[in-house]
Amino acid sequence: MTTSSSLVYLIALPLAGAVLLLLGGRRTDKWGHLLGTAMSASSFGVGLYQLMLMLDRPTEQRPVSQKLFEWINVGEFKVDAGLLLDQLSICFVLLITGVGTLIHIYSISYMSHDKDRRRFFAYLNLFIAAMLLLVLGDSYLNLYVGWEGVGLASYLLIGFWNQKPAYATASKKAFVMNRIGDMGLSFAIMIAFATMGTVSFAGVQEHAHHASEAALTGMGIMLLVAAAGKSAQFPLQAWLGDAMAGPTPVSALIHAATMVTAGVYLITRSNFVFDAAPTAQLLVVIVGAITLMFGALIGTAKDDIKKALAASTMSQIGYMILAAGLGPVGYAFAIMHLLTHGFFKAGMFLGAGSVMHGMNDEVNMRKYGALRKFMPITFVTFGLGYLAILGVPPFAGFYSKDMIIETAFNAGGAKGIILGVTTLIGAAITAFYMTRVMILTFTGTKRWDDNAHPHESPWLMWLPMAVLAIGSVSSGYLLSSGGALENWLHPLFDHHAEHEHHLLEPIVVSAMALTMVAIGVAIAFSKYARQEVSSVAPENVSIFTKIARQDLMQDRFNEAVFMRPGQALTTTLVAADEVVIDGAVRGVGQAAMSSGSALRGLQNGYVRSYAALILVGAIALIGAIWVVVQ
Amino acid sequence: MNAANYLYISALLFTIGAVGVVVRRNAIVVFMCIELMLNAANLSFVTFSRINGNLDGQVMAFFTMVVAACEVVVGLAIIVTIYRSRRSASVDDASLLKR
Repeated sequence: MTTSSSLVYLIALPLAGAVLLLLGGRRTDKWGHLLGTAMSASSFGVGLYQLMLMLDRPTEQRPVSQKLFEWINVGEFKVDAGLLLDQLSICFVLLITGVGTLIHIYSISYMSHDKDRRRFFAYLNLFIAAMLLLVLGDSYLNLYVGWEGVGLASYLLIGFWNQKPAYATASKKAFVMNRIGDMGLSFAIMIAFATMGTVSFAGVQEHAHHASEAALTGMGIMLLVAAAGKSAQFPLQAWLGDAMAGPTPVSALIHAATMVTAGVYLITRSNFVFDAAPTAQLLVVIVGAITLMFGALIGTAKDDIKKALAASTMSQIGYMILAAGLGPVGYAFAIMHLLTHGFFKAGMFLGAGSVMHGMNDEVNMRKYGALRKFMPITFVTFGLGYLAILGVPPFAGFYSKDMIIETAFNAGGAKGIILGVTTLIGAAITAFYMTRVMILTFTGTKRWDDNAHPHESPWLMWLPMAVLAIGSVSSGYLLSSGGALENWLHPLFDHHAEHEHHLLEPIVVSAMALTMVAIGVAIAFSKYARQEVSSVAPENVSIFTKIARQDLMQDRFNEAVFMRPGQALTTTLVAADEVVIDGAVRGVGQAAMSSGSALRGLQNGYVRSYAALILVGAIALIGAIWVVVQ
Repeated sequence: MNAANYLYISALLFTIGAVGVVVRRNAIVVFMCIELMLNAANLSFVTFSRINGNLDGQVMAFFTMVVAACEVVVGLAIIVTIYRSRRSASVDDASLLKR
């Protein structure tokens, strides 16, 4: 395998930015944002350079590795802190640093009124660095370090405005739910070590063939738990909506370039585990299918533009997880959808931020309306992202999503039908709620607050949006023309088990998908464009809407099943501590004190009683000796 | 004559002394009872010396006498001082050393 000594700069640059800005303090306030952006951009530059080098090499020599230092060396067990850049990681590296840099540029303007802008950029850089470590680590243990770093950075960024208690709570919620996923990852690492004695990707891949299926299934399920935590998949999805508490660029970063993509990466990276463990693979598909419907349904009822987009992310990641669960045929499509999604979702989030910027940080879409004329650039870039997520040809989503739907149908048997229909319905619902977002925000009548003066955002904000919009338009075509991405990733996955089903021709699938999208759009039009939209959410709605507005009861469920029993358990333990442990300690003290005050009565000051006691004692002693000797 | 008889007398004297210490209030009488106990012990020492045929017990008796003499000096001084300050020689009156 080729080695390189420059991989470390990918991570070191943004990390250095974060360290400098955090340690530099207020001295770096003036130019901190520029440094942060420059670090992210130069990391992107290194990524591009690596891509050039990689393209120059023949296929089998494309992966590059770098050993940083010997990390753990205990007996047989040896882990090096090493980096691995292969065809899969380079996709992520470019997405993370590319979209990340655009978000940095956007944030310069978006956060210009915030006095903590420098700290914000430090965290952004930390986020990028952690995510890069996650995708570049050459073993599960190295990945774990980045994984935890992403969790930390997301916690810091979601709770960036932690002066508001609700926001601070949201960041804690995200962190705690992520911990559950982290636990899954650490269990997966332990299983790998216990059964195969190695934790490196190459080692596990080598041993996966002759490991027991039970061990691989266990490891796969644990990896799925980990992926569900980071990627907000069912049943660990509840943190995603609340994560909107962070500044909007953070939402864009979390939802498009970093964090939620980590789960998809983990599953794709562990393809050798899942390919050998069909049960775990099936679970992956099920989780993906459930989440894709779950997110889509929540999206239909949200009036908060960011939460609607968040629900949409959940749903789209569901598509990716589903594709990744379909095995070697699906991995490339999962990654393709991830990349195209990175463009259009980042673009739409930045668009949402731009709208909020013009509307005094109002997030309720019912208070928007008719913004098309006032924010033409935002409208166009957001609209292109909208067409991309719908899957309208020739925009990006058309290529990636149709591929997933087609692969789902071709999975074979009843499974294929169920998955295919699920993805189709998901596409229709996606079309419905995204059209709803478009109509409520950009068309119709003005439903603004009195003091709203919408205006187009400055060029520093719309430029990244424009670049992302170009990506939303073209990335799908570029990645899929001639099977570019598929061929690029082909050497990484084990294809020999592949047997092609062709339930439906691609053209039929596309036609069905477009029909479903058209239906979704039509329903949204009839409901929101043809009728007057009220500026307050109507109360007399069906029970389904009410449930969807409450995120399908996910929080209530978690509260009822985990939080309340957890609290009851804590209360019991606290009470037990009070009564049993503290009781014992206090009891000993109490006993000493009461026996002391009882004995104190003997101390009466009368010499004769002392003498009598001595006498009695002496007699008792003699008596005792007498008894013993006898 | 049976040596055990001396031991009986010693025990009797000791008991009388012990009861006297516990029962009587007058410090002088208590003091005398203590002397009685000491002398009872001396009698035992001497008797055991006789029984065992060595002189250890007799030597011990001399030590006891010396200690008793010293004790009388100190004890009487205390009693006289207490009597001077309190106008009473009752041991129950000098009971300030409580709780």
